[in-house]
Amino acid sequence: MQYFHSVHLIESKCKGCVNCIKRCPTEAIRVRDGKANILETRCIDCGECVRICPNKAKDVVADGLEILENFQHKIALPAPALYGQFREGTTPEQVITALFQLGFDDVMDVAYAADLVAAKTRKIIQQTKVKPLISSACPAVVRLIQVRFPNLVEHIAPVVTPMEVASMLVKAEVSKRTGLKESEIGTFFISPCPGKVSAVKQPAGTEKAYVDGAISISLVFPLIREIISRPESDEQAVGKAIRTGSGLGIGWGRAGGENLSIGADKHLAVDGIHNVINILDDIECGKLAEINYIEAQACVGGCVGGVLTVENPFITRRRQRMLASSPARQEMTEEQVARMRDDLAKDRLYVFDKPITPRPMLKLDDDMALAIQKLATLEKIVEELPGLDCGSCGAPNCRALAEDVVRGLASETDCVFRLRERVQLLAEELLLAAAAVPPSMGTARNNTEQNETSTSS
Amino acid sequence: MEVSNRAEGLKETYDVAGRDFSSAGAASSRIKRILQQIGVDQGIIRRIAVSSYEAEMNLVIHASNGGRITLDISPDAVTILVEDDGPGITDIKKAMQPGYSTASDEIREMGFGAGMGLPNMQSCADELEISSEPGVGTTLKMVFMNR
Repeated sequence: MQYFHSVHLIESKCKGCVNCIKRCPTEAIRVRDGKANILETRCIDCGECVRICPNKAKDVVADGLEILENFQHKIALPAPALYGQFREGTTPEQVITALFQLGFDDVMDVAYAADLVAAKTRKIIQQTKVKPLISSACPAVVRLIQVRFPNLVEHIAPVVTPMEVASMLVKAEVSKRTGLKESEIGTFFISPCPGKVSAVKQPAGTEKAYVDGAISISLVFPLIREIISRPESDEQAVGKAIRTGSGLGIGWGRAGGENLSIGADKHLAVDGIHNVINILDDIECGKLAEINYIEAQACVGGCVGGVLTVENPFITRRRQRMLASSPARQEMTEEQVARMRDDLAKDRLYVFDKPITPRPMLKLDDDMALAIQKLATLEKIVEELPGLDCGSCGAPNCRALAEDVVRGLASETDCVFRLRERVQLLAEELLLAAAAVPPSMGTARNNTEQNETSTSS
Repeated sequence: MEVSNRAEGLKETYDVAGRDFSSAGAASSRIKRILQQIGVDQGIIRRIAVSSYEAEMNLVIHASNGGRITLDISPDAVTILVEDDGPGITDIKKAMQPGYSTASDEIREMGFGAGMGLPNMQSCADELEISSEPGVGTTLKMVFMNR
């Protein structure tokens, strides 16, 4: 199967350093011919390499605004994390107005779909026997589970993500209102991260992609900022969002907000992909069985920490919390409550139509007996390697090199230390061979030594 | 760690330090990764992960000198042998009852010693054998059939 990846290498900028290979949570990068190549079956599009690369050689390929041209009716789906990017005092309404001015015909607030998904999740937690459930909202975490924790796939909460729910809901509604076919209506997620960009192209739990494009927050940020800073922008209410989220829905943009929005007890929130790995490790060992639900996000700080955002995540995290708790967003009108009840009744929007399947990547061989043999060889190689995990061989650590060797993808002498040992042995042998001159040629040797001294002086 | 390689199998031994809560779980994590590399069924890996973790925690909690976990893999079965020279189990029958524990209050406050260790291991493993002598030590053998 082909995997779509939004994270790419810009070869011309890559110096072949070891920063990204050592940071990658799935050991998905190898330096070959001086370039950090991504192994596509292992990459989960978390964006860690984009964040760490000192040469900006890892890039996220998202859609440009020209994609809007392909559709008659264009709808923006702003991620909750978009609102926190702008300076204090900027309201979500101002940002939504600016989206209309950017050329969108409608705006559907993903924070509203987050409100719906929270309500569904609350129900699922009550009904399920699986403990703990792990949120399906962060696509990098879902893929991490598929490739590195395949036996935890059944813990992923079986609920479609807010982004997709928002798209399905708004397409049906706009199609009804305008008479356009759903294929003529384009929905575009304003994304904080490469994980979501990839999820738009290749969703995990649904057969079909329900969102038509993903535009990065960093692309629209300067445009929206410019529009908002125009003096007349306040009065120009060009249009209103089809739905707007509550404060709790907006809170999904930061770590901890999702759990707060779902609201039941015995929850745990973890952010940062390496921290998520530790928690998943614990779940595999049977720990955390007393926990009902785990909000797990690949980025430190949650969505506001995504690599396609612009502002420092610790600043946006605070703004996001302020927006979420603003008095205006605490109460819902009767009309809003009724509409939410209607939207929640559309059951099929929320269920996976395709199971999320394991994609184990660690297996050394399909034949178990051979795999065992390879593992024994691997352990031997590991013992002989220096254990410095320097990365000079192009693999992230000594064990990963040993794995590559038994898979036939690398050689032990890719290790600079092993190579040096070999060169040393060869040199010693060479010296011995040079010294072992037959007695009959003894004079010739003396001559050579004299020649060498004369040339070097 | 010792490694030995037989015709069709592999054996690895890990030392587990007693009372070292900060590195507790390292051996089980290692075992999990190895089983993934060999391509053991995910459901079986899960059962082994849970029971090897419980066993490792028992060494950390009860055996002050720690102990050893030996992983023995063949295409037919995965065997986990846990050995220690700790206090031993006086009444194995009792120890197998859910909720029975001899762990101190201090250990319980840390969230361990709920008395579910051995019962969990028994429900996870296809075969479980314990032999123990008070004051001498405990040997626990768990077998997981591979197919």
